[in-house]
Amino acid sequence: MAKLRVETTINGEETEFLCSGQDSLLDVLRGPLAMTGTKEGCTTGDCGACSIVLDGRLVPSCLVLAAEAEGRVVETIEGVADGQKLTAVQQQFLEHGALQCGICTPGFIIAAEKLLEKNPDPTEEEARYYLAGNLCRCTGYDKIIRAVLDAAAVRREERA
Amino acid sequence: MTLETSRFESPTDVEGAVALLAAEGGAKVLSGGTDLLVQMRLGAGAPQVFVDVKRIPRLMAVRLGSEGLTIGASVPAAEIFENESIRSLWPGVAEATDLIGSTQVQGRATWSGNLCNASPAADSVPALMACGAVAVIAGPSGERRVSVDAFIKGPGKTVLRRGELVVEFEIPAPPPRSADAYLRLIPRTEMDIAVVGAGVQVELDDGGAIASARVVLGAVAPTALFVEAAASALIGSRLEDAALDAAAAASRAAATPIDDRRGTIAYRKKIAGVLTTRAAKIAFERAQAR
Amino acid sequence: MSADTNEGQERKFKRIGTRPIRHDGLDKVTGRARFGADYALPGMLHGVMVRSPYAHARILSIDISQAEKVPGVRAVVTRDDFPDVPIGWIPAGSTGVDLGANARTVMAREKVLFHGHAFAAVAATTELAAREAGKLIKVEWEVLTPVLSLEQALAKDAPILHEGQETKGDHPTPEGDSNIANQVCFEGGDIAAGFEEADVIVEGHFETPMVHQGYIEPHACLANVREDGTCEVWCPTQGAFGVKGEVASIAGIEPSLVKVTPTEIGGGFGGKIPVYIEPVAVVLSRKAARPVKITMSREEVFRGSGPTSGSRMWARIGAKSDGTFVAVETKFDFEAGAFRGSPVGAACMTVFSPYNCENFRIFGRDIVLNKPRVAAYRAPGAPIGAFAAESLIDELAMKLDRNPIDLRIQNAVAEGDRAKYGPRFGTIGFKEVLEATRSHPHYKAELGPNQGRGVAAGFWFNAGMQSSATVSVNDDGSAVVRTGNPDIGGSRASMALMCAEELGVDVARVRPLVGDTDSVGYCDPTGGSRVTYATGMAVIEATRQVVDHLRARAATIWDIELDAVEWQDGNAVAINGSAEKGSMSLEDIARKMRLTGGPIVSSASVNPPAAGPGFGVHVCDLEVDPETGVSKVIRYTVVQDAGKAIHPTYVEGQYQGGAAQGIGWALNEEYLWDAEGKVENAGFLDYRIPVASDLPMIDTVIVEVANPLHPYGVRGVGETPIVPPLGAVANAMRHATGIRFHRLPMSPPRVLDALDSDGASS
Repeated sequence: MAKLRVETTINGEETEFLCSGQDSLLDVLRGPLAMTGTKEGCTTGDCGACSIVLDGRLVPSCLVLAAEAEGRVVETIEGVADGQKLTAVQQQFLEHGALQCGICTPGFIIAAEKLLEKNPDPTEEEARYYLAGNLCRCTGYDKIIRAVLDAAAVRREERA
Repeated sequence: MTLETSRFESPTDVEGAVALLAAEGGAKVLSGGTDLLVQMRLGAGAPQVFVDVKRIPRLMAVRLGSEGLTIGASVPAAEIFENESIRSLWPGVAEATDLIGSTQVQGRATWSGNLCNASPAADSVPALMACGAVAVIAGPSGERRVSVDAFIKGPGKTVLRRGELVVEFEIPAPPPRSADAYLRLIPRTEMDIAVVGAGVQVELDDGGAIASARVVLGAVAPTALFVEAAASALIGSRLEDAALDAAAAASRAAATPIDDRRGTIAYRKKIAGVLTTRAAKIAFERAQAR
Repeated sequence: MSADTNEGQERKFKRIGTRPIRHDGLDKVTGRARFGADYALPGMLHGVMVRSPYAHARILSIDISQAEKVPGVRAVVTRDDFPDVPIGWIPAGSTGVDLGANARTVMAREKVLFHGHAFAAVAATTELAAREAGKLIKVEWEVLTPVLSLEQALAKDAPILHEGQETKGDHPTPEGDSNIANQVCFEGGDIAAGFEEADVIVEGHFETPMVHQGYIEPHACLANVREDGTCEVWCPTQGAFGVKGEVASIAGIEPSLVKVTPTEIGGGFGGKIPVYIEPVAVVLSRKAARPVKITMSREEVFRGSGPTSGSRMWARIGAKSDGTFVAVETKFDFEAGAFRGSPVGAACMTVFSPYNCENFRIFGRDIVLNKPRVAAYRAPGAPIGAFAAESLIDELAMKLDRNPIDLRIQNAVAEGDRAKYGPRFGTIGFKEVLEATRSHPHYKAELGPNQGRGVAAGFWFNAGMQSSATVSVNDDGSAVVRTGNPDIGGSRASMALMCAEELGVDVARVRPLVGDTDSVGYCDPTGGSRVTYATGMAVIEATRQVVDHLRARAATIWDIELDAVEWQDGNAVAINGSAEKGSMSLEDIARKMRLTGGPIVSSASVNPPAAGPGFGVHVCDLEVDPETGVSKVIRYTVVQDAGKAIHPTYVEGQYQGGAAQGIGWALNEEYLWDAEGKVENAGFLDYRIPVASDLPMIDTVIVEVANPLHPYGVRGVGETPIVPPLGAVANAMRHATGIRFHRLPMSPPRVLDALDSDGASS
């Protein structure tokens, strides 16, 4: 079967790729586009490692078909940092040691950025529930939550 | 031999979607994909044609008027929950919607998917039933309206015929001094499928007693279940203990659950009673506040 | 390195104990870090494993002819493509791995022994083609009755998994073939007299389910066998040298031809020590003459990779009325899965070793059955045994009306006391940890309604084993430290800190690397809580050699005796009669390396036979909803002896992560099986690991009782934190509900059932 040609915008760049009708957006990001920062942990929407932002919404890229990206706007971990400058979330993850193995980290950062965009001053409980779809098996979440809450404070200061 | 991969279509109007679904037996509606694509990964096989309906404006539209809500079938759960009007008018429906999967999944999952997947444990279905929601179905012979409670025929089975899809939901405006609530039980705090779900809607009379009620249970029968006896127990009461106990007993009696990896029969029956009373209390307090 | 170089007690560190940003952190927060599945090669094929639909069946024949005809298929392999490694073959000098069993775990030979056991594999140009081809492999099965429980395995006429397997080990063993693979027994004193002497006896039967390590990164592997027979493998593994050895043996390749590059690893917890797909990717690549990548699905991870044992246990403790333990006894049955090798031995060794007791009999059996073969999981066996022991100690404290920490302190081992498995403890910090717990604010905090507090202790040996490190100085005075231990939780930062401490430079000036098997000296796996301890020793030793070189270069430049040069915080300093020479910085010496003798590079290897044991005590507050049985951990504190925390952030991280895994094990995690032995919950939806909203912040207290075996006093910290939680949560549940739970997980239905039946125990 002929491949589909899809034009989309990824991290601000107009991008085109070929895919089959059943390829997920995750498959295409990690395969043909070689953007392996988005991780695959389950392919069933249960782990959050493949989180991306699609037209402004946080979604699991394993549950998005690649062909759906036509004309849409995709944001991935590779586009989070502002040029050479890390975001407050990225920086706080480093400061807090909020990662051990690091496989869940891109998904957490994408989700945490979206959380802070929607809720600049989340409580611990709000952060925990918002991020409940991002599994981490190494950290027990303590340092991750602290990093997110501190990043929120840094962002509020920067915007004050 | 050749290895077939799926076709992908994204019609921009309802007629186009109906035509594709009618023409191809192997065509499936792709709304949020949070059930369809998961089933595919777990071995169900890819459909011949994916019909992505999210480019049909009507399926993504939200209209709120004095009559109630008309909402496109593919509006994602996250957008529904973010809508302050929906949250304040139908807090139970909003709660149920907010419980469907993770934040990420809510960016995709839709009421129509939750309904058409026809799982007994769907969170939005009992809540929608409690509010008298109706699904608007489009098909080759036009449109029809089916109330959500009549939509599911059994696990995985719905009233949809070939070529049909859900295009909208309608929820009538809540009567004055009425409110709804939804609760579910899961082993963790998030990320699980409901072991039991309970949606309750109550309307109060001028004296503050319950004039009418709906009690709907999820995950305790092949389909979400109206528990008339529980509703009757609540009617006329101000949620005195006797009324709550009777409603809980009615829910326990009505529940005919199965043993599976998410819960036992005995446990589900008990929880059906507990959640009935807890959801009734929340709905009652909300109605009092209106 | 000998104890006389130990400075852990008195040395003032400048960099050890600080919290620099880890060197690999940037790549991990930007998505650049490359994990197992992130590697690709031109012309790469996609490999898939084909797995058994039966839990127990003999393979009579396999026909791959239809599969080979599928367009895009380049290779199909089965047992016939692998050498027949005899079962029970343990190479001399190895760590005791049964390579025959490992080979059969990777690719079934005579039988499939669990649902999901791989019996073939396909490589094709697309994953879809490989999967379709897999479905066309025709197997003639002789389906056998599966053995799905310990009861069934031990039944008189039980089907035997391994014909010819006789029970090994201690004490009267059954006659003939048996599913009991091994028996272990540790005895001391007079057990009968001990219980005779006891004023009070507590005992109980306990059960724990099979649970999975639950790492978020599925196993993945890329292999390329080249025309000359050399072979490269990239995979996320805890031990690249182990993969190299096992690939060679199982795929039938000279070890010298195999190079393994460990990628970034997305969690392991012991489960990425074994090989599952690496030898298969190699054999597929050899057959197809193309690079082959295999990535497990999450479902395959749950069905086909290593859980840890389910167990049935009985234990009892006899004590005097003053609380002194006078007799302890256990009978443990552990599920090994398809092949011998459950961690029952370690469970027996650890279970009562934290406590003095003259009279003991600790008995355990390793039992095979038709479930996935177990793999190491963080302190293998110890959490299971500690669940029984720490639950009983809690019961004993209640019976004697004693504070549970005081009762433990009274019986706690200290330096010189003998562990139940033989040796005497060196310097350990158990009492210090117990005392720190007792004085922690958490332990004194008020509890609300439906809340309970549990305390439990745990112990893990920690490992030494073989490690190598190489340190090289760059001409700008920066340094590179290279080891062969995959960094699974921040160990590169620790290696750099130790190197920086010795060199006296900022840690940012030291770049830590994990090398492949061709570029570094041998290292045993990242496991056993050994890397910061043993590999750290090699790093310190290699760096000290580098410092000696630097001093020698300074002496050459100054033209003075080596003894007249001291190394002080990054500078060579002339002393004694040469003090007028002043000092010379590392940068200065490095710039002149070319003129003073060339590059400065040193390597060191260590093989410490022992490590410093780690003791931890956890405090758990649990709240239970009495109407639903749902419980939630509302406060949790981990207190543990780290010896010396090199990078405290990652020490805390180990404490928190281990506690979280243990909490999951206690409350919700379990494999669920259908009647045929298929895992029903092979995904993260229904295999319920804790999510962020399930847990509170996890407080940590790092106690530092220096380990005399390590120059800085380090003890491994990775494994001990998963030992206490099962008991701590169960004890909290006891105090919240009045019910003693003997069976895990304490999931809501079980809790409610127990509450409603007014059961004093469940």
